[in-house]
Amino acid sequence: MRKPWQERWAGLFFVGPFLLLFAVFLVWPTISGLWNSFFNTSLAGVEQEFLGLQNWREMFSDSAVWSSLKNTLIFTAMSTPPLVIIALVMALLANRTGVLGWLLRFAYFAPFVLPATVVTLIWVWIYEPGFGLANGLLTAGGFAEIDWLNTENRAMLAVVITTVWWTVGFNFLLYLAALQGIPEQVYEAADIDGASERQKLFRITLPLLRRTTGLIAVLQLVASLKIFDQIYLMTNGGPNYATRPIIQYIYQNGFTNYRIGYASAISYMFFAIIVVVAVLQFKLFSGSKEDSA
Amino acid sequence: MRSTWTFPKVATAVGASILGVIWLIPLLWAVSTSLKPESETTRSPITWFPATPTADAYRSVLDQGDLIRWFVNSSVVSVLVTVLTLFVSVLAAFGFSRNEFPGRRVLFGVVIAGILVPPQVLIVPLFQEMTSLGLVDTYWGIVLPQVVAPVMVFVLKKFFDGISRDYEDAARVDGASRWRIVWSVMVPMSRPILVAVGIFTFIGAWNNFLWPFIVTTDPSMMTIPVGLANVQGSYGLRYAQIMASAVLGGLPLLIVYALFQRQVVRGVGDAGIKG
Repeated sequence: MRKPWQERWAGLFFVGPFLLLFAVFLVWPTISGLWNSFFNTSLAGVEQEFLGLQNWREMFSDSAVWSSLKNTLIFTAMSTPPLVIIALVMALLANRTGVLGWLLRFAYFAPFVLPATVVTLIWVWIYEPGFGLANGLLTAGGFAEIDWLNTENRAMLAVVITTVWWTVGFNFLLYLAALQGIPEQVYEAADIDGASERQKLFRITLPLLRRTTGLIAVLQLVASLKIFDQIYLMTNGGPNYATRPIIQYIYQNGFTNYRIGYASAISYMFFAIIVVVAVLQFKLFSGSKEDSA
Repeated sequence: MRSTWTFPKVATAVGASILGVIWLIPLLWAVSTSLKPESETTRSPITWFPATPTADAYRSVLDQGDLIRWFVNSSVVSVLVTVLTLFVSVLAAFGFSRNEFPGRRVLFGVVIAGILVPPQVLIVPLFQEMTSLGLVDTYWGIVLPQVVAPVMVFVLKKFFDGISRDYEDAARVDGASRWRIVWSVMVPMSRPILVAVGIFTFIGAWNNFLWPFIVTTDPSMMTIPVGLANVQGSYGLRYAQIMASAVLGGLPLLIVYALFQRQVVRGVGDAGIKG
């Protein structure tokens, strides 16, 4: 028989390596970020001056914080609905086996495995005024050209289109898994009752996907709020800061203006928003679990 | 069961295919552009296919050598992240699932809370930390923060919880240590989920932009996504070359996906249903 102390400490031995990395690269920066937000820290980090809540007060009166937060929310509001609806349509269309099924799953999900930079290089080229594919198609159809990425009310739309193309495949696969989890007998029973394809879709499939839709919508909401890569690479927040998201403003304060303390305060405000959304998500799902399953 | 060709079925197949073609057009357009001579890329009206296909753009991109260097960096980083993430997450999941030790509940709660912390809000303090540790512009600086994946520990622990204890009891009777039980019982029994976690960790590490972008300043340490971010500026308006580097940068994972589609599709399903 093993000695009891072995039994007790074996567990710590197994979780040790992970917890060490977790403490050093997640817990510590989380705490030091909060600490920094009360100081006048620069990236050089020599002189530290205690500021109390000054960074936090400055944040609430900084119009750039609010405009970049607004851009983040606009992006989230514009991108979430198509990323859920198109994914659902794709899953309904591509829920099949065989070669066509394989090809469709490849086509829909392939963009998701590309790095952000590859995606944005391709789309900046597509949006290029004069020779790009988007304008080529517009002029061929008799429409006027659009300078997508340099026009204030078109740039965000351009980023959203790119994002939908790039990431919808992930939600598509979530829907596909949910569809394949619906037992075949349900449809066989409907066939016996003489249900049409249309009835099967609206009376069986879509109601059974309700919980999945909620899950995908919330996951997407949180993912969209974290927008940075595509915008930074496609428009660099422009034109005239019309697309700059909150994470880019954090990045600029930290790494361009070297204002670590201020960047940390904004980070924490953003963190709080994410936590609120996540808590709402938890409430939503623990509340709706009974009526599905 | 024999399938018959009914109108809804044909309409679905056609609709699905049209959507598939639309989704592939940007990729095909990139490939087509990369095979054109530079002069043809800026021709109006646009040409769908290169009039005289050429591999010139690929040759000049590869001759510059950076792309190969970045490919090596991406490979090293992604393999290290994947192997280390699997290693520490499997051990931690086993520890939390199968061992009673002081503070287990509290520690697991803290790990779960860690899922909530978006990596994006940590970039500033993490960069400061890397500076003081001397890890800026090193592989370890890029890799180590990415190894901390509390969500993977959570997914694996839940999976381990579902494995019956009879197997390890039998192994224990045969004299197997806890360490042996992890690698000879738990790991083989959770192969599908480990493959899924591994593939997603690899894709995530290969494509990670923000963190490697922040922690590397030396072009020779950059990964493909970070290195390519400078391509637009340095190539100017040479679109065939820009598209050739985009195609080369995207190809490795497209191949991985084509080979492991089944595992990827199932992995998303498993993670989604359990998560």
